Amino acid sequence: MVRDTTIGSRAFDILIIVILIAVTITCVLPLWYTLAMSLSTKSAAAAGQVSLWPVGFNLNSYKQLLQDNQFFVSFWTSVKRVLLGAGLNLLIVPLMAYPLSKTIKDFRLRNVLMWVLIFTMLFNGGLIPLYLTVKQLHLFNSIWSLVLVGGAQTLVFNVILAMNFFRNLPRELDEAALVDGAGPWYILLKVYVPLAAPVLATVSLFSIVYHWNEFLYGLVFMTRQEFYPLQTYIQQVVVMLDPSTMSQDQLQRMSQLSNRTLNAAKIFIAMIPVLVVYPFLQRFFIHGITLGSVKE
Amino acid sequence: MKTKGFAKHYYLMLLPGFAWLAVFGIFPMFGIVLAFEHFSPVKGMFGSDWVGLENFRYMFSLNDTKSIFVNTIFIAIMKIIANLVVPLVFALLLNELRIVVMKKWVQTIVYLPHFLSWVILGGIVLDLFSLDGPANQILHVFGIDAINFFGKASLFPFLAVGTDVWKEFGFNMIIYLAALTGINPALYEAAGIDGASRMRRIWHVTLPGVRTTASLLAVLALGNVLNAGFDQIFNLYNPLVYSSGDIIDTWVYRTGLLNMQYELATAVGLLKSVVGFILIGISYFAAYKWTNYRIF
Repeated sequence: MVRDTTIGSRAFDILIIVILIAVTITCVLPLWYTLAMSLSTKSAAAAGQVSLWPVGFNLNSYKQLLQDNQFFVSFWTSVKRVLLGAGLNLLIVPLMAYPLSKTIKDFRLRNVLMWVLIFTMLFNGGLIPLYLTVKQLHLFNSIWSLVLVGGAQTLVFNVILAMNFFRNLPRELDEAALVDGAGPWYILLKVYVPLAAPVLATVSLFSIVYHWNEFLYGLVFMTRQEFYPLQTYIQQVVVMLDPSTMSQDQLQRMSQLSNRTLNAAKIFIAMIPVLVVYPFLQRFFIHGITLGSVKE
Repeated sequence: MKTKGFAKHYYLMLLPGFAWLAVFGIFPMFGIVLAFEHFSPVKGMFGSDWVGLENFRYMFSLNDTKSIFVNTIFIAIMKIIANLVVPLVFALLLNELRIVVMKKWVQTIVYLPHFLSWVILGGIVLDLFSLDGPANQILHVFGIDAINFFGKASLFPFLAVGTDVWKEFGFNMIIYLAALTGINPALYEAAGIDGASRMRRIWHVTLPGVRTTASLLAVLALGNVLNAGFDQIFNLYNPLVYSSGDIIDTWVYRTGLLNMQYELATAVGLLKSVVGFILIGISYFAAYKWTNYRIF
């Protein structure tokens, strides 16, 4: 790098630092504000006195949250969904990516199947046909509707990511294994999968975040609140206050006190799993999303 | 090479994944026949009476549909432009930053909002911009009366674009940063020896270095002209802002699943899917022609 020490350049450096710090702060400040809100007293929150520091620090909203049974039921539903969804994704992705990483010479239908996959990724019948399909399959109120419908929509992208990774592995590996008499399953499990750890970690993290964050299918396929995953539950009680879906008991609690601090507590707790996997996401996903763009 | 007979194993490996996609990706596509039917719950998706283009005729006779298409395209195009430009500017600033530690920290933090759901961020944003929220507190300091930000139809599209850029600019920046690190440092040194100032180096070395990436992203973004972002709009809007903020996907959700007008919602969804598919097709083809970009 060329060193540049003119006054103009120094001033430019300082300007950049100031702008970057300001922008970076705006990314975390709203999250911090939510935490401060959840730790404030209800009256201060309702009066709009909370800004960057909790007013009258207390844990009442978290205590109140502990009594909200549905929150924990939904939390558990989301955990199950993430485990099933990410597990299935991790199983199916290498199984699909490996054959599709072969050239057309080794696997004649490869390109045809690839186009079918691309088509399912780019075209869909819309929400209503999907809704009626799930209804016909009797999967309403079942966690499998969340796992399978959402998973199918993110599967192709993950397969393409892994496939491009497989294609960039040296071909000599394949050839050496073949000379030793290895079959396709052995090559996949003992040669490709161990080498594909970074890309498999990437698609798993994508899958975890997707299943944790997705809320619409919970809303559409679950007819009763008790089956809602966490994001759907929060969407219904925090973002969209619809009195018609609330139980008598909830309505009463609503009217008794401002729910602002409790809502902030719910939002903050729902954020924690993402914050926990975030450092790992950091490590893998940058590599992961640029993987797909590099081709031989 | 001894790969004869491998193909049948390849099919076996692909079978579970394709079965999954067949049920939850491909089968629902056939449900688009609903758009040409008069749906009866008893006769089901494939047995209802055929009415030809009746649903489409009805769709174009509604005032709603025109406005949701206009809203969708307006919000989507603003988002496309802002999400191309803002991350580029930010990536350029970050590229000029000479403090490596700070660079890492800034990157780590600005990616975060991308991984949080719109349920969570919607809850936070609505609170920030509520009548007694921080945004209005700041206005109050300057003696400006409180504004009901998310109750004003004239503001809604811009708030949607602004908050979307806030959530995504860090993530969108990654591709640009990858392109920037790919620029040969010798070019900067050569420009420096020729006496180019810092600004001229940005202009003549850095910008041409990201030109291909930027145009590729711009072309690929074409496929999103009808995607205004369901998750975001759904969590931010309310009946007060339907006139400017209701988009195709939210309208399809309400019309189809809340008002049970399955055929009409399917027809609108189908129109969106078909136009979107054509746009993506064109954009991929153009990207392939100009920059040799391939999906697989």
